[in-house]
Amino acid sequence: MARPVAQAAADEARAGDGQARPAEVGKGELRVEHVSKVYDPEGAAFVAVDDASMHIAPGELRVIVGPSGCGKSTFLNAIAGFHSISSGEIWLDDELLCGPNKPQAKPGADRVVVFQHNALFPWKTVLDNVTYGPIVQERLSKKEARDLGRERMEQAGLAGLEDRYPSELSSGMQRRVEIVRALVNDPKVLLLDEPFRGMDSLTKSVMHESLLEIFDKNKVTVMFITHDIDEAVFLGDKVSVMSTRPGRIKETIEVDIPRPRDYRVLTSPRFRELMAGIHGEVEIEARKAFEAGEREMA
Amino acid sequence: MATQRAAARTAPSSPALPDDGSVGTQPGPADPQEGAVKRELFKYRLRKWLFSPRPFLMLIGFAAFLGGWYLLVDVLGVWRFGTLPGLVEVVTEWTAREPAYGVSLFTSEYYTHIWVSLRRILLAFFAALALGIPLGLFLGWSTRFREFSFPVFELFRPIPILAWVPLAIIMFASDEAPVIFLTFLAAFFATALNTLLGVQSIDREYMRAAFCLGSSSRQVFRHVVVPGALPFIFTGLQIAMGVAWFSLVAGEMVAGKFGLGYLINSSYTTTRYPTIIIGMITLGAIGFLSSAIIRLVGNRLMVYRARAMA
Repeated sequence: MARPVAQAAADEARAGDGQARPAEVGKGELRVEHVSKVYDPEGAAFVAVDDASMHIAPGELRVIVGPSGCGKSTFLNAIAGFHSISSGEIWLDDELLCGPNKPQAKPGADRVVVFQHNALFPWKTVLDNVTYGPIVQERLSKKEARDLGRERMEQAGLAGLEDRYPSELSSGMQRRVEIVRALVNDPKVLLLDEPFRGMDSLTKSVMHESLLEIFDKNKVTVMFITHDIDEAVFLGDKVSVMSTRPGRIKETIEVDIPRPRDYRVLTSPRFRELMAGIHGEVEIEARKAFEAGEREMA
Repeated sequence: MATQRAAARTAPSSPALPDDGSVGTQPGPADPQEGAVKRELFKYRLRKWLFSPRPFLMLIGFAAFLGGWYLLVDVLGVWRFGTLPGLVEVVTEWTAREPAYGVSLFTSEYYTHIWVSLRRILLAFFAALALGIPLGLFLGWSTRFREFSFPVFELFRPIPILAWVPLAIIMFASDEAPVIFLTFLAAFFATALNTLLGVQSIDREYMRAAFCLGSSSRQVFRHVVVPGALPFIFTGLQIAMGVAWFSLVAGEMVAGKFGLGYLINSSYTTTRYPTIIIGMITLGAIGFLSSAIIRLVGNRLMVYRARAMA
């Protein structure tokens, strides 16, 4: 089957690939082509995602923002293989993850998810969590996995926590461990589903910087879902705004703020300008969602 | 004794414990100091417990109970209490080298009854554990298996154990097997049901995380389902132990030639009333001990929970 490159969304072409961090060519290119997802609870068809297309270049950090309930998570779950899609295709490099004859992708370590709530196994120590992937895949021996795990934990500033249990860590550290647990697998794409939701703003900004630092060391494509616009602009190479239900990619904005970025970026004029633009877009969608909610209530 | 447990559990959370952070949460590689630290910690907790109001409250509780018994039965003998064996009578009988009714701490008959009951409990309990846990795990893991077997399971579960007595006697010819079967049955249902609930209690995100880290279904079962269900399994085992003792005594009263249930029942028919009380208190003590052992094993297997509470 030929990859329908030509069908890539028009706004993708406009945005270009200039800001993507360097990565091996052909590694971790994610293409979402005209994906729709219709839920059918109790017979009432409910379109969660409608004809959404997106192209994430290898090594790019793409943030998707949108109002609550716009289908962002549905989108991510389809790529991860937790949900099926109703139509369209999702490609990772040359592999068709899901498409017409294969509605649900098989979850795999090439697309690791970092979940909204802490999904570290509470019954395993931090190091056993981190080494879980390579060991179950039998990619590394137990010893190699532990060495690698220790090394990566140290790089992420988590040295000394190997034998603790996740419940003994602060929420910020838990998030970092979970990201390390994902990256140890050398995934092609890292999928983050509002990973910093519910954190206080101070912890969040520390997490953002440490996340960028971790990513700069790992050449990996990232899809980051959030509804926090500050976060989106601060982290992203590009920010895609998703429309309210049924969700589509409404617009993709390139964040032309040079890396490495730190908190000083937050006060720069360019950051505010981008923020204002994206905020406007999301605001419209949020209002639509709100009004739709009012109508449903009435 | 229950308060002692509570003390051991709550002690680490006390802000007064100076070295808790370093002891409770940093189990480094085994070094010679660790043993000493653990001993110190134990001594500290024991001292703390001894000087807390808990042991005294416990003593007061026991004293009130025994005093009440003594007063109502031995001294006053009011109303129907006069018909019961008195505290003094029971204690003398229990500690007599030559007991009036034949059973005391110094007679081998006493230990035969205990041993027979214990053996039945252990056989039944371990059989229930060996069959109930796997059944519960599969009920929780496989929707198809659950749909096929859970309705049958649910039909049998509410049948009171005593209703099984005739069938058990018909089914098993020997004296021993019907009692063990009844004890097993009660423990089995409690274990299987709680294990099933345990599997269902596991957050789906753990399974998703395991799958996207590259696990096969079997690995998810082993690394997520089993450890995730463990807290519920141990709750189930506690309940199972309780109902096992219950059914054991019921079974021993109906069938069986030895055991504490038999001792209590036969003492009643031969009017050896103090012996009934000896049997009852022995049941209470052994029942408490068996639950405590399960809790201990559970805490050993689920260090992460013990530490989360600390």
